[in-house]
Amino acid sequence: MARINSAAELEERRLGILSKRDPNKLCIAVCNGNGCSGRNEGIISVFTEELGKQSLDGKVDVRATGCHGFCEKGPFVVIYPEEICYTGVTLEDVPEIVAQTVVGNQVVDRLVYTDPATGEKAVRQSDIPYYKNQTRLLMGNNPMINPKDIDEYLALGGYAGLSKALFEMTPEQVLEEIKKANLRGRGGGGFPAGSKWETTRNAPEKVKYVIVNGHEGEPGAFMDRALFTGNPHLVLEGLIIGAYAIGSHLGFIYTRHDSPELLANIRTALKQAEEYGLLGKDIMGSGFDFEVEVHFDIGIFVSGESSALMRSIEGKAPEPTPKYIRTSVSGIWGKPSNLNNIETWANVPQIISKGSEWYSTIGTERSKGTKLISFFGNVCNTGVVEVPFGTSLKEIVYGFGGGIPNGKKLKAVHFGGAMGGSLPASMIDTPLDFDGLAKVGAQIGAGALMVLDEDTCMVDLARFFMKFLSEESCGKCVPCREGVRQMLNILTNITEGKGKEGDIELLEEISEVVGEAALCSLGRTAPAPLLGMLNYFRDEFEAHIKEKRCPAHFCKNLQ
Amino acid sequence: MDNAAIDHIINKYQGQARFLIQILMEIQEENRWLPREVLKTVSEKLDVSFRQVMRIATMYKTFSLVPKGHNEIHICMGNACHVRGAERLLKEVQELTGIKPGETDSDGKFSLEIGCCRGNCCSGPVMEIGGKTQDKMSPAEALKNYE
Ligand SMILES: Cc1cc2nc3c(=O)[nH]c(=O)nc-3n(C[C@H](O)[C@H](O)[C@H](O)COP(=O)(O)O)c2cc1C
Repeated sequence: MARINSAAELEERRLGILSKRDPNKLCIAVCNGNGCSGRNEGIISVFTEELGKQSLDGKVDVRATGCHGFCEKGPFVVIYPEEICYTGVTLEDVPEIVAQTVVGNQVVDRLVYTDPATGEKAVRQSDIPYYKNQTRLLMGNNPMINPKDIDEYLALGGYAGLSKALFEMTPEQVLEEIKKANLRGRGGGGFPAGSKWETTRNAPEKVKYVIVNGHEGEPGAFMDRALFTGNPHLVLEGLIIGAYAIGSHLGFIYTRHDSPELLANIRTALKQAEEYGLLGKDIMGSGFDFEVEVHFDIGIFVSGESSALMRSIEGKAPEPTPKYIRTSVSGIWGKPSNLNNIETWANVPQIISKGSEWYSTIGTERSKGTKLISFFGNVCNTGVVEVPFGTSLKEIVYGFGGGIPNGKKLKAVHFGGAMGGSLPASMIDTPLDFDGLAKVGAQIGAGALMVLDEDTCMVDLARFFMKFLSEESCGKCVPCREGVRQMLNILTNITEGKGKEGDIELLEEISEVVGEAALCSLGRTAPAPLLGMLNYFRDEFEAHIKEKRCPAHFCKNLQ
Repeated sequence: MDNAAIDHIINKYQGQARFLIQILMEIQEENRWLPREVLKTVSEKLDVSFRQVMRIATMYKTFSLVPKGHNEIHICMGNACHVRGAERLLKEVQELTGIKPGETDSDGKFSLEIGCCRGNCCSGPVMEIGGKTQDKMSPAEALKNYE
């Protein structure tokens, strides 16, 4: 395909793609996300074969898409243009779908979603309450595009944000727009992206870097992968816009080595963007140059931390370094380096296309836009949703999550994994908000929400998180390496009935030291879940120690 | 793994030392483990000290300095799988294979690894063999398919 050399040519290309399309042509979109693809391997070829048998090859498109988000009810198949949505599709269902729906224009009733609460059926995907009640600004295109085909992204208006930035705005204006939108980092801290960009832009060194943090190391967080695998160009477009605003000509994508589909889609996206002149030298004829390199984490949690990640990109061991100087001033090879999470970058194109004013209407006072939340644990539905900030946790757990299975009661929800915090069921009305949740001790983290029922032992959960961190601590600084290990020992003893009077106080004391003295956030926030649990569930710890009793009847050595 | 194969990988990265991690990753992918001689060769060709190469090779969990079994079993121990019984699954697989995490059985058929989240939390507890999720199957059935 020829290069695109101006804003007008991008629009021409888009119209050209649309004009070659027959809007009435059937398209079978099969979810190929992590959850679905494991359960319906080979479904694409079965569809192709079955279409062949009906002499329909070429007459119907089959498209493997990224994650649709409702993983519990997968595998998903959506048939466009009518958007007929089938859930729980197995290989055996394929002939019936082709015969009934594709050939016969009939809906296969038994594969249609039925709302367990009302018994109502929803034939179209967007009528399913799980989808209808979301605000899918980032994830909404996942079912509609083949992530391996840049044309499908362009057809939906892709790269229009980049075009606007390059041809209608100065880098300063782009920066200003991001600042006005108050876009905050989605990777954990909620730090304002605009001011980080500005620091990097204004740093004296001329060579600057921009980086996508696609590590997603927090267990239970799977929304970044869902988004990046399903719509890689969205993240790439955001990154290029950011590079333009910051004045960077080399970017890095740091991502997981263990997701072959993700990797294939990133590589394809980079290649296609380059062929189209959207990446590389003289992007779209604007004179702006920008290239991207792909780097990998190799199975170590701390490498998602900013300074460790940058060492890793340099080809060194991923150990955090002290941050007397911020990485946005001195990062990779000592150059100013701006790091943002996948979801943060993905928000950029729409802010530029639709403006910060529009963006500011979504969300709460100080947390703007939407947030992807993955939820799992003792909840009926496991999946990813995209909701505006301000949505109550109750709506996520009961509305989207479908409540607690097996008639059990909700005990707590936990955000942010091993560096996050739990809230008791009584606080379920708390709205989703960076500052609001941090204030009550449950940092959103990456947005992985773990739902816990009454059978969960909080002491054991604290032990589980501490064990994870003791294994993931890089061992460079003593407070983290030793402190976490000692806390793990004490917690293990408590769960085994060997807890002693004074253990809680000792845990609190070690927590304080580790929280103050550790080198990076892994150590500094390691005590967070424990302290939160001691705050809200202290009696459970006391019962284990004083009465040798596990109130949840979980710890085997106790009653 | 012979020198030509190593050269081929190193050349892809123009012999630049900063790509050490990618190079080791590709070697591991092809060879399934990192033999000492190979690491020595890499160290010489990239002009990176052997100490530094070993540091990288031992720090990242995915790198293996011992041969791996023909089929790599991976059990997720992440939060979601934990609440869905990952410990029980691990115990069962240990009993079936006779190996512990990090080990390979004596005939090189299986090696067992534990790790964290593959982002497939709705199917948990997740066991992968050779990169494939073993869904809706007992561990015994799943392992049989790879005997
Ligand atoms: C131990 C540790 C692991 C982290 N892992 C990730 C990660 O997997 N993905 C991510 O985006 N941020 C992660 N972070 C946060 C990053 O250090 C950094 O704050 C973030 O990528 C900045 O992007 P944002 O401002 O867009 O959120 C981690 C932090 C720590 C301390």
